[in-house]
Order: sequence, then structure tokens, then C-alpha cells
Amino acid sequence: MLKQVEGSRAVAEAVAMCRPQVICAYPITPQTHIVEALSAMVKDETLNAEFLNVESEFAAMSVAIGASAAGARAYTATASQGLLYMSEAVWNAAGLGLPIVMTVANRAIGAPINIWNDHSDAMSQRDAGWLQLYAETNQEALDLHVQAFRIAEELSVPVMVCMDGFLLTHASERVDVPAQTQVDAFLPRYEPRQVLDPAEPVSIGAMVGPEAFTEVRYLAYQRMRQALDVIGATAAGFAGQFGRPSGGLVRPYRTGDAEIVVAALGSVLGTVKDTVDELRADGHKIGVLGINTYRPFPADAVREALGGARHVVVLERALAPGSGGIVTADIRAALDPQARRISTVIAGLGGRAVTRKSLRGLLAQAGELPPLTFLDLDTGLVDRELARMRAARRSGPSPENMLRDLGITASRIG
Amino acid sequence: MDKPFAITLDVGSSRANHTGAWRTERPVYVDLLPPCNNACPSGENIQQWLYDAEEGPARYEAAWRQIMADNPFPAVMGRVCYRPCETACNRAQLDSAVGINSVERFLGDEALRQGWQVPVAAAPTGRRVLVVGAGPSGLSAAYHLTRLGHQVTIKDAGAEPGGMMRYGIPKYRLPRDILDAEVYRILDMGVTLELNTRVTDIQAELAGPRSDSKLSERVDIFKDGEFDAAFVAVGAHIGRRAYIPAGDSARIMDAVTMLHGMEEGAVPMSGPMLGRRVAVYGGGNTAMDAARTARRLGASEAVVVYRRTRERMPAHDSEVEEALEEGIQMRWLSTVAHAEAGKLLIEKMKLDETGFPQPTGEFEELEADCLVLALGQNADLSVLEGVPGVAFSDGVVEVGPDLMTGHPGIFAGGDMVPAERTVTVAIGHGKKAARSIDAWLCSQGGRPPQTPPQGAGNAYAAPAKHGLAEFGGLNTWYYADAPATVRPRLEAARRITTFDEVTGGLDESTALFEARRCMSCGNCFGCDNCYGVCPDNAVLKLGDGVYEIDYDYCKGCGLCAAECPCGAIEMQPEPS
Amino acid sequence: MPYQRIKFYQTGSLAVGNRLLAEDQRSVQSTAGRSNALTCGHRACQGCGEALGARYALDAVHRATQGQMIAVNATGCLEVFSTPFPETSWQIAWLHSLFGNAPAVASGVAAALKAMGRTDIRVVGQGGDGGTVDIGMACLSGMFERNDDVLYICYDNQAYMNTGVQRSGATPPAARTATTQAVGREPGNRFGQGKNVPLIAMAHEIGYVATATVADLRDLEYKATRAMDFHGARYLHILVPCPLGWGSAPADTIKVARLATESGLFPVFEAETGAVTSSTPIRHRVPVTDYLRIQARYAHLFRPRERTEVIARIQAAADRNIARFGLMPADISAERTGLPAPVPVTSPAGLGLEGR
Repeated sequence: MLKQVEGSRAVAEAVAMCRPQVICAYPITPQTHIVEALSAMVKDETLNAEFLNVESEFAAMSVAIGASAAGARAYTATASQGLLYMSEAVWNAAGLGLPIVMTVANRAIGAPINIWNDHSDAMSQRDAGWLQLYAETNQEALDLHVQAFRIAEELSVPVMVCMDGFLLTHASERVDVPAQTQVDAFLPRYEPRQVLDPAEPVSIGAMVGPEAFTEVRYLAYQRMRQALDVIGATAAGFAGQFGRPSGGLVRPYRTGDAEIVVAALGSVLGTVKDTVDELRADGHKIGVLGINTYRPFPADAVREALGGARHVVVLERALAPGSGGIVTADIRAALDPQARRISTVIAGLGGRAVTRKSLRGLLAQAGELPPLTFLDLDTGLVDRELARMRAARRSGPSPENMLRDLGITASRIG
Repeated sequence: MDKPFAITLDVGSSRANHTGAWRTERPVYVDLLPPCNNACPSGENIQQWLYDAEEGPARYEAAWRQIMADNPFPAVMGRVCYRPCETACNRAQLDSAVGINSVERFLGDEALRQGWQVPVAAAPTGRRVLVVGAGPSGLSAAYHLTRLGHQVTIKDAGAEPGGMMRYGIPKYRLPRDILDAEVYRILDMGVTLELNTRVTDIQAELAGPRSDSKLSERVDIFKDGEFDAAFVAVGAHIGRRAYIPAGDSARIMDAVTMLHGMEEGAVPMSGPMLGRRVAVYGGGNTAMDAARTARRLGASEAVVVYRRTRERMPAHDSEVEEALEEGIQMRWLSTVAHAEAGKLLIEKMKLDETGFPQPTGEFEELEADCLVLALGQNADLSVLEGVPGVAFSDGVVEVGPDLMTGHPGIFAGGDMVPAERTVTVAIGHGKKAARSIDAWLCSQGGRPPQTPPQGAGNAYAAPAKHGLAEFGGLNTWYYADAPATVRPRLEAARRITTFDEVTGGLDESTALFEARRCMSCGNCFGCDNCYGVCPDNAVLKLGDGVYEIDYDYCKGCGLCAAECPCGAIEMQPEPS
Repeated sequence: MPYQRIKFYQTGSLAVGNRLLAEDQRSVQSTAGRSNALTCGHRACQGCGEALGARYALDAVHRATQGQMIAVNATGCLEVFSTPFPETSWQIAWLHSLFGNAPAVASGVAAALKAMGRTDIRVVGQGGDGGTVDIGMACLSGMFERNDDVLYICYDNQAYMNTGVQRSGATPPAARTATTQAVGREPGNRFGQGKNVPLIAMAHEIGYVATATVADLRDLEYKATRAMDFHGARYLHILVPCPLGWGSAPADTIKVARLATESGLFPVFEAETGAVTSSTPIRHRVPVTDYLRIQARYAHLFRPRERTEVIARIQAAADRNIARFGLMPADISAERTGLPAPVPVTSPAGLGLEGR
């Protein structure tokens, strides 16, 4: 059914139709509307589930672990600081092989505290053993949750559905909300691979030493490889049943004869495609590669989609301060280093808007891109700050200094 | 269930890990000797019969049979035994000793009420044994010998069986119907009793060689009597008479004769003859009995005169207590210097540094119509005088550890051999002598003994004793607080006017209570502590009170041994 | 304890079992076919109090639930010695997640069972003092506040034993641990207010809170069983001596726990909805030195010189417990115990002792 709703609401409705049995939530901007909507559905009994208001995100993931191990379909949502706070449990869930589905409403990680969108939170957990699926639109965000439960339960691996905080969660778009019967047909009842059952008791969560730990991790690695096939097959099945493409491993756009391909994750792809359309109109041979599944990293699909493009521009909404780009590293590992030039563009950190104008300016001069660029960086400000730091040994926290320098008290978004 | 490798494990797979390899010492179940068993002169397995009695009415008979395996006189014991078991009882160090004697009395009385009997299971051996003396020692020997399959004849010079039980212990301590019941229960097993029969030539009673015996080298010893062995237990019933200067009309008699006379039916020492005031000279149990009997016979005053102090009195403390309660007066540190009609001259004594009483030269008068001497008893050894090999010393017969005298085949016991002189000791001698006689008869006649094992020279030797179960080995925390019940007693005033039994018994519920106070020192009583406190599930419970250490898993921590209430588990070094 | 002690003067109801008792009066541990939730072959130290306490508590729960139970375990000694791949000594359905989340995971299991309509299956969460008092406190409090249907059991051996005997919030004053060593001017753990988790649990007004030790099996079984009569959050705090960490002999584990209660240092009581409903009276009171002397973690209080002032403070704490929880019946006077009479509490506010 077509609706004009906030992204969070769409996701809540999708999740509800997946018949979760235990929902546990701790509020954090910008995930709050999702769990608020679900709590109302449980309270007015539209949704038959147990809803726990937990005391922290660590508790939220822990409750989900317990629920999933006991054989219930479990769901939670978080972002940013909350994802970090539950980090120990995030890894634990993957290690135990529990098919929990979690929405991450991507948000920057402090300090400095910042409630707006970037991908640093999900990136911090990329090696935790979860699948990471990125939604480009609210429709895809909704759809990915339905697919996520099925993928998770087939593989016995937890799945993180990432949707950009505020940009998707708080934006109202037209979405097609499926019917319960459609979802029921697509998503079977949860049949746990292993379960806590007094009738057939087992001990889950043993201590494994050097003699077997490597093998356990190898098996997890193999499961990730298997996930590539399952994700692809699930997306195909979804398309068949719901009549629209959604999810999958990668989504190329006008890459056929492209010499330059811009790779990115998440909602920024919309802006990138608009920019690429403009550049194409000007004769640039440029395309876009949307990476829908970031973990496992679809190296083969990426390589294939990039075709003969000589230059890959990776647009990243996260930064590894010690090295630069994050997704760049994965892409670089997938490609033949001789054949491609790879440029990293760090953009949209902490919720700064990525505009067509800025992108166009950057991509039109793609040939001059250094290996690492920060889009729309206020170079004057940072140069002044760097000079000041060189002059004084102890210069205080940089953010405060810069704000003072700017003479403003509010953050700038665009 | 598709369990992920290594993360999820099948239940109980730890059993593959035999943690028993960690041990440096291991727990072992032991059976130690409880102090009550150790102290009992008749060798009763007290801990075992208390264990049986604890289970209630269904097991009273089994408990009684356990007593009867060693001692055929439980009802008597429950009235006259001085209870060395209770003195030794470890529970006394916790709250108060278990009333073992009370429970024994209850079981003995119950047996009489129910008419329980002891069948003779052994096949007849064809051997005949003579028992001289139908006192506790002789009767006990006769009982055990009969159970071993031998044919026993008792010869006693008296008119009725019982010995000192009848002629020395007053009715108020041992009712005659109880005594008769237990004595005749023994006799009814097939023992021949010849009363009013004095044995003068014991060698004549003993048999010569038999066609099936290996007695060729002993032909010269035995004459043509009918018995293959003899047990002599004539007691010590001759009152010692000290020389006391006395006037012509002073009335002096000895306590043994007095007490003996109580049984004859006629009461030679009746009120007028005894007088109003009676003095008893001596400090033993007989003195107490004499004084208390005197009161019952009508004396308004009975005074015990004793040369030393109460602590030094040989009389058992319970008897002194009962006597005092009945108003018997005591004159310590006094000797009788002269007896006149109606009064005595008493010399005061004082104890010197060695505790020996010394005369002080101070005298006083004591009014007394009659002086009863209770200065000890001598044994009539005439039955063994002149028998080759038999030696005497200090007025008693010398015997070996198997109670055999110097003459092969002639055994002796009771008050006539060197020993403490109590009914219980005598009964114990009877049992030991029976086993020794059985072993000796076997050595003569080619049949293996009923009682193992054979000692050196074919003498009976008891099996080696287990270590003693000391109080320090117990974990008394687990025993709930429960002091002893106290047997009911007759009011003192009523006591002294009648010969009714003074101390009553426990009823069934209190007897059961008493039995259940037993801590079962050194012997497992099935409390499940070991089974429960092992952190490694390394104690297996095979049934009620039956446990086994699973040495595959036992880490040797010692908790079972530490928490065993009765100390029936010991930690021993792990064998290498 | 409010249950009726069996008057068996031979062993009372203090021993594990008694052959003279009727079957239905026997303890769970005394039955030949007991469930052995934790069976043999585990790697606990010799004489481990936690292994014993865990089996006691879980076998009792097993009987109370007819085996319909799931246990969630925090990281710690109990988890490590019971499930080293490839061996597990658990015979019940069991899950280990992390160190600080056992109460939350247990809440999740309970929620799942409720969602699946299987409320016949009951949930136990368990962990050591570290996982409960310190790192697990937030999750524990959350579970209490939501009143999730979980019985949480804390096995308190008063330090982080599995990692090498480091101090936890439950470590008592003056005790030696690896991070409060017996050196310097004030050797051992500092004196603080302590962190009384049973009282914290009571402050949450949950349905049932109780303390117990491995020295009194019948009492522990009673409490574990009684806890299963309730639904909602419940808390059981069990003192379990650790021979290794406490420096006591392995064979002394039960004795040490007994002395902890008999000295008054560890009060044994029950509470419902925030008020104490019963306390187990001290049977034969002992001075705290009897308890301290047999543990090497307190050896520095006696050698090279006796630290009488420290011992006096510990004794004062014991006296306060006795007064506060009513551990000495009024008729036991000072002469009998040789110790000063405990100061009676004039206003037992907050403990709900009114009318006792």
C-alpha cells in the first residue's frame, strides 16, 4: 500500500510485519521514532510481541541475545554511541550465531558529540561478524528489513540494516508498504539452528582455546562468503515476489562505458546519481556504483561492476583518522592495483550536506583529485588552527578553538 | 539441533575429564571403634544396636538380637550395669551422654513382653561342657556355648540360679521377675541346670580320651568324667571379716550374708533383730546395698562408715547418689575401733600425702544397734585347689588371656579371676570363655572353630580392633541439641519403704529419642553428607546409607571427610 | 528460616539427608537420582564453594520446575571451569554470553519464552560477585526494575577469582587480594561502606530476596525452591568460599561459610517486597577471629603482630549485622557466648522489622 510516511515509521511497520517476538530498545537519536512506533503497536496489541524498555544499549543487545537463543525472533535498533556501548554484545551475538536484526540509524560518533548522520558508527563494527546492508531510500530501508530477517535466519548470522540518520529516518517519502500476507509468504517462521530447550539441553557459549579458535573463526569467514550468495538470492526472490529491485550486493548506475565510477553507500547515492546525470549530459563518461551490502564485502561484484573504469572515486561518510578511507581499502583490495586509480573523498561527516554543486565541482576535475580529499573543507579555518597548534604546545581541544575562531556557537550543516 | 562447532557443547561431556588424576590424597570410608563398644565389658556392639533401634518398632527386635549376640541379659543390664559405655560416650562432650543403658533396658523389657527367643542355629558338636556356678558369668558362658552347638550343664551349690544377681543385688534394683525371665530364657535353650549341687572334684567331671579325638598325650590328665571342658565361675561371695574388737553382746554380721538372706524367703535380719540404727562398715557397692536394704527393713537410720573419702569410695557414684537421696548418712574418714551393744567406737582418720588414711588418735561414739561389715568379698577357690597347673594369687585364680587356667581344658571367669567385679564384666568373661572353649575343643577334635580366627597355640584370639573413634574426629555441628532424657525415679520417701524397683525405664518414645541421640561415632549412619557436599559429584549413592567414592573424579579436597558427622571417612595418601 | 526444621536429634535437618526421613522430607541433594545440574569432570579447584553452591541451587530449581528451566551464566569461574571446549559439565539448558549482561540476557530469554507461550519454562540468571555487584549492576538493576521473571543468583566469593583474585565491590574490608595486597601501612582492602546487593535488591522492592551459604544446604534449597514460587524478579545471594582466593584449606570450605554466619559477618535472611521476613538465628556464636584466622587472606591481621584495631572494626561490623537483622534470639545472653551483647536496633526503619 502506498503511503507518505516518515522513514522511521515505514521501517517500524515493516519490522512489525516480520512478526518479531521480542523487541528491546533504548532510545537514541535518530532511531527513536522507530522504537516509539513499535512500542505503540505492541501496547495497543496491533503487534503481538514482548517489548522491553531496557536500561542501556548494552542491555538491549543482551536481551536480544537471550531472546534469540531461546528461539524467538528478536529485533533492536540503535545508532552511534549506543552502537559502541553495545559493541561487546554485538560481537558476542555474531560469535554465537544468533540471527538478530538491528537497525542502525547511522550517526556520527563523538567526541565531539554529534547527532547527525555519517557512517562512522556502522563502520566501527564492520569486523564484528554482522552482515551490513545499506539502504539508499526509505523504500529500500523498509524492504531490507524484510529481507534481513530471512537472510539472518537462513545463515544464523545477525544482520545490521543501516539507514542514514535524519536523512532517511526523519524524511517523509512515498513508500509502498507491503501487506502482511506478502511478508508472511516471503518470511517463514523462525526455525532456530540451535536453541535453549530443556527438552534437549545444550551448553551454548563455551570457552574455546588456541586449539580450536582458528577453526571457529574460519567457519565464520566461510559463512560470510556463503552470505554473498544468500543475499543475492534473497534480493532476487524479493524482486520476484514484491515486484521491485531492492537490496542485493551492488547497484551499478550508468557504469557500462564509464571511465570514472563514483562508489558510495547509503542515501548519498541519490545525490550522486543526480550529479552524474548532469555530468553525463556534459559528456563525462562517469557512472555510479552503489554498494548495498558492505559486509560481507562483495569484492567480485564490485570488480565486475566497475568494468573497465580507470578511476574509482570512493565517496565516504566516515573517516579512519589513522589511515584515511575505510571503504576505499575494501575496494582497493578487490581490484588490480595497477589498473585503477582510486581517490577517496571524505564527505558529509557529522551530517554536513553533500550537495550536487560541491560534487559536480569535485567530479568535473576528477583528474586532479589527490588520493584523499575532504569535500567542502574550510581550509582557511584548519590552516589557522594548525598554525596555532604549531605555535603553542598546549592548545586545548580543537573543536572549541575552531568554533571560537569561526565566531559562531551553532554548527553549520550546509 | 545443528550445533555450531566448539561454541555449543553436548551436556555432560565433561565426564571425559577424569579429574581424579589431580589427587594427592583420597577419602576412604572407615569403620572405627566407637568408645561405647570399646568400653563395654561384655563386648556389645552398642553402636549397631542403637542404629537398629533408631528405626523404630520395625527394628526393635533386630536391635535386641544384636545385643543378644553378645549379652543375653539386656533387661538385667538395663538395671544393674554401671554403664562404662555412657562414661565413655562421646556425646557427653557435646551435651550429655546417650542413655544407652536406658535403651538397653527398654529393648530387654520389650523382648520379655514380646517373648522373643534366640534359636540355636549351630549343629550339635557332640561336645559337653561343665559350667560351675549359675551366676552371670556361668549363665553367659552357658548361653554362648549352647549357641555354638555344645551341650552345657551348669552345677550350682545354691537353691536358685542367678548368683550375685539374685543374692547380692537387692530387689529394688533388680526385680526378680525380670531376672527369672532372662535366666530361664537361657536355660530353656537346652541348658541342664543342677541346683544344690556342689562340685568337689572337678577333675573327676572331665572326660577321658574319645575315639575321635587327638588326646593321646593328655590321657594322664583327664579321668573318666563326662565333660570335655569346664568353665568355673563360682564368684566371690564370702564376706571378708576384719578383726574388730567387740563386746559379747555386740551384734555384727556381714553384708553378703545379710543380702543373701533376703532371698531365702525368711527374713532373719528383720526389724527387731537389725535394730533401729544400723551402721555399715565399708565403701563399696555392697555397703550401699546393705545400707539401703537396712532402711527398707525398717531401720530408721543407716550410717555408712568408711575409712577414706567419697572420691575414694569404690562404690559406683550412682549408687552413692541414690543412697544419699534415701537419707543414708555417710561417715567419711572413720574406722571402727570397738563394737559394743548399742554403740560403736569410731576412730577418725586423715589422709596422708599418698592418699592413705592414717589414724589420728581421736575417737568418738556412734550409736548403732547393729554393725554390718561390707569390707569386700573373697572367692571360694576350693573347687580348683589341688588341680595340677592351676595357680592362685591375691585370692583369685590366674588365667591366660583366653581365660584358661594353668590346667588345659579348665577355664575360669567372673569375680574369681583378676578383674573388675561387676555383673557386666562377668557376662563378658562368659562370652570370651565360651569362644575360647570352642576354639580349644576344636583344637582337640579336628573341627574348625565357629569363631574366627585361630590364635597362636590354637587358643581363641579376638580379631584386631579398629582404631578408636575419638570426639575430635567428629563434626558435631550436624547433631541437633538434645540433652539426655532422665529415667523416672521413685520418690525418695516411697523408695525407702518398699522394695519396688527404684529407677523406672523409658517409654517407647523417649527410648527412641535416646537412641536417636547416638552420634554413631566412627560408623556411617547414612546421613548423605558425603554424597551432598562433594563439589565434584564424586560420591555415588548406591542405596540408603551405601556410598562409594568415584575415584575417577574425586579431587581429594577432603570436604566429605571434614563434614562427615561421625568421622567415618579418613583422608589417606594417594597410593603411588 | 521459616521452614520447619526436622527434629532429628541424631542429625537434625542440618545434615544433607537422613535415612530415617520420609522421601518427601529429604533434601534434593540426598536423593540418589538427583539431577546434578553441574556434574563431574569440571575444572573447579579442589573444594570449590561455587561448584557446590551452583549444584545445590540449580538442582533445587530443577526439582521445583520439574526440569523446565534454562540457565544464563555470566563470565567467571563458574562459566570457565564448567565449559572449556570440548567439555561441558552442565546437564541443563545453559547459555553464556558476556561478563556484565547475564541479567539482561536472562530477561531476554524470559521475554522470548513469554512471547512463545512457554511460561512453564523458568529462567535462572547467575554469576559471581564481580559479574553481579560491579560490571553487571546496571543490567541487574534494569531486570529488577522491569520485574522480569528471572531468578538471579549471585555466587559471592568476594573477589574476581577467575582472573587471579582481584578486588571486587564485594571484597570485604582488610581482605588481601591481588589488587589490595597485604603491604604498606594499611594492608588488604580498605574499609568502605560495602555494597550490600541483597539490600539493593530489596530497595527495588522485588518479590523475593534471600541470602544463603553452602554451609546450610537445607536452607539454601528451601530458598531456591521458595524463590520459584514467585514470578517476577527474584534475587538469591549465596556466600561461596574460595579456597584459592581466601587461602583456606579445601576441606574447610563449608566450615568457613559456617563461621561466616555464626560470627555474624554474613547474615542469612529472607525478604519480600523490600522488608525482611525472616532471618536464620546464629546457633553458636563465635568471635570474628575464629573466622578470620583460618583464611590466609587475613593472615596479615595476625602476623607479624595482631592488628587489634582492624579486628575490632570487623567485629563491630558483625555486631551491627546481628543487631540489624536480629540474628541472636533474645534469650542468648552475653555470658554464654563470651562476647558483648549486640546493641539492639531501636528503629529498624527500612528493614521492615516492625512487629518481629
